[in-house]
Amino acid sequence: MLAAKLALVLSGMSVIPQGTYSPLYAAKGAERVAVRAFALDREPVTRGDFLEFVKKNPAWRRSVIGTRADKGYLEDWKGDLAAGDAKDLRKPVTSVSRSAAYAYCTAKGKRLPTPDEWEYAAAASETKRDASRERSFISRLISFYTKRSASKIAAVGGSAPNVYGVRDMHELVWEWTADPHAAHKGHGDHMYCASSAIGAADPSNYPAFMRATVRSTLNDKTTLRTLGFRCAANA
Amino acid sequence: MTNTNANRKSFFSRFAAIALLGGTAVIATAAARGIGKTSTAYAPIPVHTETEKIIGQEVAVLTDAPSVPAPITRDHATKVIVNLDVVEKKMRLADGVEYTMWTFGGSVPGKFIRVREGDLVELHLKNAASSTMPHNIDLHAVTGPGGGAKTSLTVPGQESIFTFTALNPGLFVYHCATAPVPMHMANGMYGMILVEPKEGLAKVDREFYVMQSEFYTKGDFGAKGLQDLDMEKGVEEKPTYVVFNGAVDALTGDKALKAKAGERVRIFVGDAGPNLTSSFHVIGEVFDNVYVEGGTVAQHNVQTTIIPAGGSTIVEFGVENPGDLILVDHSIFRAFNKGTLGMLKVEGKENKKIFAAVKGLGVAGE
Repeated sequence: MLAAKLALVLSGMSVIPQGTYSPLYAAKGAERVAVRAFALDREPVTRGDFLEFVKKNPAWRRSVIGTRADKGYLEDWKGDLAAGDAKDLRKPVTSVSRSAAYAYCTAKGKRLPTPDEWEYAAAASETKRDASRERSFISRLISFYTKRSASKIAAVGGSAPNVYGVRDMHELVWEWTADPHAAHKGHGDHMYCASSAIGAADPSNYPAFMRATVRSTLNDKTTLRTLGFRCAANA
Repeated sequence: MTNTNANRKSFFSRFAAIALLGGTAVIATAAARGIGKTSTAYAPIPVHTETEKIIGQEVAVLTDAPSVPAPITRDHATKVIVNLDVVEKKMRLADGVEYTMWTFGGSVPGKFIRVREGDLVELHLKNAASSTMPHNIDLHAVTGPGGGAKTSLTVPGQESIFTFTALNPGLFVYHCATAPVPMHMANGMYGMILVEPKEGLAKVDREFYVMQSEFYTKGDFGAKGLQDLDMEKGVEEKPTYVVFNGAVDALTGDKALKAKAGERVRIFVGDAGPNLTSSFHVIGEVFDNVYVEGGTVAQHNVQTTIIPAGGSTIVEFGVENPGDLILVDHSIFRAFNKGTLGMLKVEGKENKKIFAAVKGLGVAGE
């Protein structure tokens, strides 16, 4: 058991202990959702990481992706194996489809985090496991999200780690989860106008609305310049 | 006792007058109270099933504020293609103050759209690949789910298309309605669409597009640098800035609106909010006509008109004399301290019959 945990840590993951979090749209009587312990990459997958993956797995190179991803797939690379200079290789990989992210994690013996796992880990600040109701935390996330720019993505690892030792969940890019539509399930197609506030656990949690909206627009093939991923694993 | 009865009667009369607009059921009630006949103007409530015949197709010419597209000269409905591009970019909010604006067409307020009642509008909403957020559009002129918002949520790099028939004439606000809506609106995502009535609008010499809105920044008014949205100020409805056309001084100095003495002026005025109602006033003028709330009824001889958040008004007036007319929200602290000031510079010959300075500090030669 200890050896298994050590292996996860050595492979760049943090073990996130079990606990609960408050989803944006909770079922009645289940305002807090339990999440089992799991492991999560401490940093988003970089272009350098993804370059190694496509070297070994030619099926995920841009020139052969065909209809398996939107036409923006790895569009900021100069060629199949030209992912940029040393600086670029430290940036989170973006413009990847969910299928590609899934394949990457599978190749590493990992998987994509579920939306619950991602949200649970992302509720943590540097000092608290659940900072999701703190005004200063919400305010910081709004600032990160609005300053996000497709043309100016910073390298991974530049921000302070959260209480679990995980970095960059909010600072750099949106991130894929295993089931992008789970976060607003039950909310039907009311993710527009003021009606998206109906049933929301905390209408002040604008960052959660922003993430839910982004997820609601995604399918397996979508690629966005500001959407990357990190992997999870069972702990 | 007599007084009470008189009061009650007067109350009922007023009630009936209002109710007359509401429909037959209420009219029946009013009639039962002996108020009188119902043959006076009462508005029909149409449920549209047929639409006007669509002849031809055109691409709408869209303009940035304060410009307005040319009046429509067609005497028939057509298919109008509207291409709106959503762009997120850093823009000037005041001197030395920047803000990351989310825009319809690269400016705040967004592009002005002008169509004719009965037109079939095909709206193409493109979200730039450089955007970080999905966006959509809710046009208040649309009869349909979310005013178009339900079908137009668009991820960066993609396009959504929907069509609607412009059933109701009037001046309508449009805005992004993506969750969280207040944030998308606080960041600049609004504009206006004019649905000209079939018979058109009266000819004027100048038309302008002015839209009031608020910005909620972490820094105080005038604090330099790139400013972030302050959500708390938004929730508390305490804006840092209240401006016309997306920035402090967007309508002053070189950018002032211009007209000549003797001309007739029409201003399409919107209030995007996101929170505040505007008490729109032009210092040194009286509105000859006000199309209240952007609808069909004209009020006349108005000093200050109220514009609801997410609403509009059309004001018309003749300019008689040269000088600077000042556009304000007459909730005057906003004008003085938060930026709600604009200018209409009128050039031309003085008409002393209308106004003449006689004695005082402002009189030349005194």
